[in-house]
Amino acid sequence: MANEVCFRTLEKSEAPWKIDEYRKLGGYEMLEKIIREQTPPDEIIEQVKISNLRGRGGAGFPTGLKWSFINRTTPEEKYVVCNSDEGEPGTFKDRDILRYNPHQLIEGMIICGYVIGGVAGYNYIRGEFVEPTRRFEAALEEARAAGYLGRNILGSGWDFDLHTHLGAGAYICGEETALLESIEGKKGQPRFKPPFPAQFGLFGKPTVINNTESFASVPMILSEGGEWFRDIGVENSGGPKLFSVSGNVNRPGNFEVPLGTPFSELLDMAGGMRDGRKLKAVIPGGSSAPVIPGDIMMDLNMDYDSIQNAGSMLGSGAVIVMDDTNCMVKVLDRISYFYYEESCGQCTPCREGTGWMHRVIHRIETGKGKPEDLDLLVDVAAKIAGRTICALGDAAALPVASFIQHYRDEFQYHIDHKKCMV
Amino acid sequence: MAVDKNTLFNEEIRAEIDSWIAKYPADWKQSACMPALTIVQESNGGWLTSELMDDVAAYLDMPPIAVYEVATFYSMYEHKPVGRHKICLCTNVSCLINNCDSIYEHLKNKLGIGFGEVTGDGRFSLKEVECLGACGGAPMMQIGDKYYENLTPEIVDSILEELD
Repeated sequence: MANEVCFRTLEKSEAPWKIDEYRKLGGYEMLEKIIREQTPPDEIIEQVKISNLRGRGGAGFPTGLKWSFINRTTPEEKYVVCNSDEGEPGTFKDRDILRYNPHQLIEGMIICGYVIGGVAGYNYIRGEFVEPTRRFEAALEEARAAGYLGRNILGSGWDFDLHTHLGAGAYICGEETALLESIEGKKGQPRFKPPFPAQFGLFGKPTVINNTESFASVPMILSEGGEWFRDIGVENSGGPKLFSVSGNVNRPGNFEVPLGTPFSELLDMAGGMRDGRKLKAVIPGGSSAPVIPGDIMMDLNMDYDSIQNAGSMLGSGAVIVMDDTNCMVKVLDRISYFYYEESCGQCTPCREGTGWMHRVIHRIETGKGKPEDLDLLVDVAAKIAGRTICALGDAAALPVASFIQHYRDEFQYHIDHKKCMV
Repeated sequence: MAVDKNTLFNEEIRAEIDSWIAKYPADWKQSACMPALTIVQESNGGWLTSELMDDVAAYLDMPPIAVYEVATFYSMYEHKPVGRHKICLCTNVSCLINNCDSIYEHLKNKLGIGFGEVTGDGRFSLKEVECLGACGGAPMMQIGDKYYENLTPEIVDSILEELD
């Protein structure tokens, strides 16, 4: 079973991004029904809770629960924000939702706006996504013309509009409070939590912020029922999920498959290993997720609990597949550079630690490693994790610890022989 | 000192910035800071000057320092001249695995410049970028609005030939 939710329209239409095509496939029926019947918001939240939908951006927080945190009776303006910043290395799924199914995302965001009594919503799209943004903007225009957005939506008396806000190149803005700061025209530096966005969000007002894939899943959850969605997945992991498979595979791409699908099946869908090489390692959830050796990975299923029990995380569903020609020191060198480059500089352990780790890994990679470097790296990583405002510190520390744990001999060889064993 | 905002930028740019201001609550004009910087950068051949940043600050009633903070935080804002075509090559992990090193070598040899440099004729500049979210098409690069994926040296040649 594939392409049931966010990708459901892909094979059924030549141009699924157009509103007429989307409506032919049942699009906006749920929104129209909700507005017509004035469905009580609690009933909608209940279905989303039943569905077991967990945040698809990476943190995996239950979406229904997040929506329930908003105090709908407060007279303050309330906002809906979508996180289409998609910066986690390895992830390229939201780009395809924006390009091929923007209306389902818009419908999900409007339904969320209805649930919380919102006044407006913003879709934060990374600035490099120029073409996906044009698609999304065109879809917004169509939705406005059809009366789904703007004043007095479908004659209900409710005013709600959606806008795009563009990023400008900062991984940290995928962190939800950094993203809110960014929409407010500031540097994207994460805020202390609490208060959470549900109390103090965009412009200081109650805000729901979810990932693109999460919002785009909502219309199907409501039209088919929370139980339908939940039963596609496994315990604690409701629904299907988009997996972005990249690396040394024959057919990299996005695959929407039930959570709990064996990794081996996902690898087959991606055409298997390129040139028949041996699977060496997999990063199962974007570059922040600890690496898992290939032989262990082949026995795992792609759901939150299975991957967590193996010491990693499902994250954004970005599956980076590496064959036996890859030097793990070189890969970690690049990953550690990324976190050094993207640290926002706010917290000392992350600002100083990411640079320190990168310098040490880089000297190992370039044949200048010292015998004490591996213990040093493990020590520095441990001193960053859990000591920063946001999760970037952990995201920088976890790969370092896991690469050394699983591939210590490769690192040691680099230090001892000033060259690579691969 | 109050600035007559009608003297800042040209009418087209002001209208474009105003359309962004209209998306945010009336007391959150500074939310338009990022799009305004993008617009004025575009109008200046792809890079920002201190004067342009000061003008954005004046136009949005922000302290100049607040605009500098934004303009230096995000990597898509440039603070020195770039080529007419800014080639942004991703070297992050999925591209690394798919041999982006060979694409970089090819570009370096072909253009005679490395990352952070501009060709003598001002036609191209090269920039190393972090993951652009197109890992299924690794190795990849961005030039202007467009993503180019599944690169080989030959494909790179044909892309560059198409550009003026």
